[in-house]
Amino acid sequence: MRFMMIMIPNIPDEADWGPSPEAVSAMSRYNEELAKAGILLGLDGLHPAGKGARVSFSGGKANVTDGPFTEAKELIGGYWLIQAKSKQEAVEWASRCPAAEGDTIEVRQIYEMSDYPAEVQAAAS
Amino acid sequence: MAIGARESSGRADSRMATDAREKSAIEAVWRIESPALIAGLTRIVRDVAVAEDLAQDALVIALEQWAESGVPENPGAWLMATAKHRAIDLLRRGARLQQKQEQLARELQLQGETIEEQLEASIEEQLGDDLLCLIFMCCHPVLPEQARVALTLRLLGGLQTEEIARAFLVPESTLAQRIVRAKRTLTEAKVPFALPEVGELGQRLSSVLAVLYLIFNEGYTASGGEDWVRAELCEEALRLGRILAGLLSQVPEVHGLVALMEIQASRLKARVGADGEPVLLSDQDRGRWDRLLIARGLAALQRAEKLGEGFGPYALQAAIAACHARAATPQETDWVRIAALYEALAQLSPSPVVELNRAVALASAFGPAAGLQALDPLIEEHSLQSYHLLPSVRGEMLARLGRFEEAQSELQRAVSLAGNNRVRQLLLDRAAACAWEAGREDPTFRS
Repeated sequence: MRFMMIMIPNIPDEADWGPSPEAVSAMSRYNEELAKAGILLGLDGLHPAGKGARVSFSGGKANVTDGPFTEAKELIGGYWLIQAKSKQEAVEWASRCPAAEGDTIEVRQIYEMSDYPAEVQAAAS
Repeated sequence: MAIGARESSGRADSRMATDAREKSAIEAVWRIESPALIAGLTRIVRDVAVAEDLAQDALVIALEQWAESGVPENPGAWLMATAKHRAIDLLRRGARLQQKQEQLARELQLQGETIEEQLEASIEEQLGDDLLCLIFMCCHPVLPEQARVALTLRLLGGLQTEEIARAFLVPESTLAQRIVRAKRTLTEAKVPFALPEVGELGQRLSSVLAVLYLIFNEGYTASGGEDWVRAELCEEALRLGRILAGLLSQVPEVHGLVALMEIQASRLKARVGADGEPVLLSDQDRGRWDRLLIARGLAALQRAEKLGEGFGPYALQAAIAACHARAATPQETDWVRIAALYEALAQLSPSPVVELNRAVALASAFGPAAGLQALDPLIEEHSLQSYHLLPSVRGEMLARLGRFEEAQSELQRAVSLAGNNRVRQLLLDRAAACAWEAGREDPTFRS
């Protein structure tokens, strides 16, 4: 099974966020642990939401808003893709992340084709 | 010794749910930590059966204590410390403590330290080595192959006996016996817990790679709607392969095997049709190929290449798989490169099947005459006599050359050898088409 671990950092003001060298190296070591365990499939950090854009949909139209998104409560900082035998195992790995005070990691299972009902599988092929 | 326990979010009225969640959290910890734990303990007590017992004892204590105090901050260290203390107790009680101390002192070349201090020092240094030693031990050639597979999945995969039994479709008691006998054989043969000598490294490594690939293939052929445990064997083999590649990063064949497994695994979702029948590579929906795994496979292949020692059999097979993976459509396949790779593979690990595949690649690259020529030496090959693919492939090449009567007769022979009904039907259709073509050209031939 595969899981996405989504990092939702506690950053009150994205503009002046900069991780310390200690934080960076602690995270590096964590990523290495994931790789050494043979379960890391991929990972990425994302540029700040302030530089990003949001495309929202209403009335059949797409509306584009550029960041920063001051009203947004949870901004995504990055993600890991891991292989695990169960949600508990994925959660255990997420718990080991050297995250900062107030950070949250959301753990979500990735759909396998076989998870979808038959009609959806047929439509996708 | 609770070191900053983590909080679980159980409410007073969901104590049962919390207990269940705690238990499954501890099981997850076990799956993550048990291989390193068993490896480290084997280093101390020199016996893998005793090591596993000590590890299981520590787990039992963990289940009791963590239910109260929660999972500790560093569960691996907690388990190791607990098990280590029990190991020392065991050694103290054992009559051979003096012998062990002397043995350890010699090996660690430490004088005048207590056994605890010696053990402390050796464990810290050797975690990576310990895991590698355990891998080599589980795959030792003195064990029958099935036993190597079972022991590997049990000690390195952290799988339960019942799960392994289900994965290999044998009764649980059979599997349990297999594991008990395997540990006993290792003890009786006095297999040392050490990295192989340079002279035997090649053979010992071959054994490990063979075990991993066997596990992978068991899962690969089982995929397609069967018990999830079987399909997850691919993931487990991949995971162990990646770990091995991390520990033996300078050995190209390890990267080669990982590359092969990543790329083959990339096709898992495309290789079985809606009717549960296998789909040929050339007919697979390539949109269903897993791009992430292909990227990982190509990266692993590159690591093998960069080591500059040339390609071994696994890396060659991976390179062939990579050719297919890079082709967006079957028409874009680099058959010339594939033919060359099969040529190299035939030099390293010749077999009739490799020759057959090479002939198919030659035909796709240079035309059917080239393929037929490569097939000629195989016609008398004893081991292929009941293999339907040989006449099937010959028949196709003859048809492409317009030799329809010969093609039809080869395809009929293939029909008689084919075990699968769907395959047999396909071959019958092809044979009939050839018969029709033959009839068209020869006015005296009327069916």
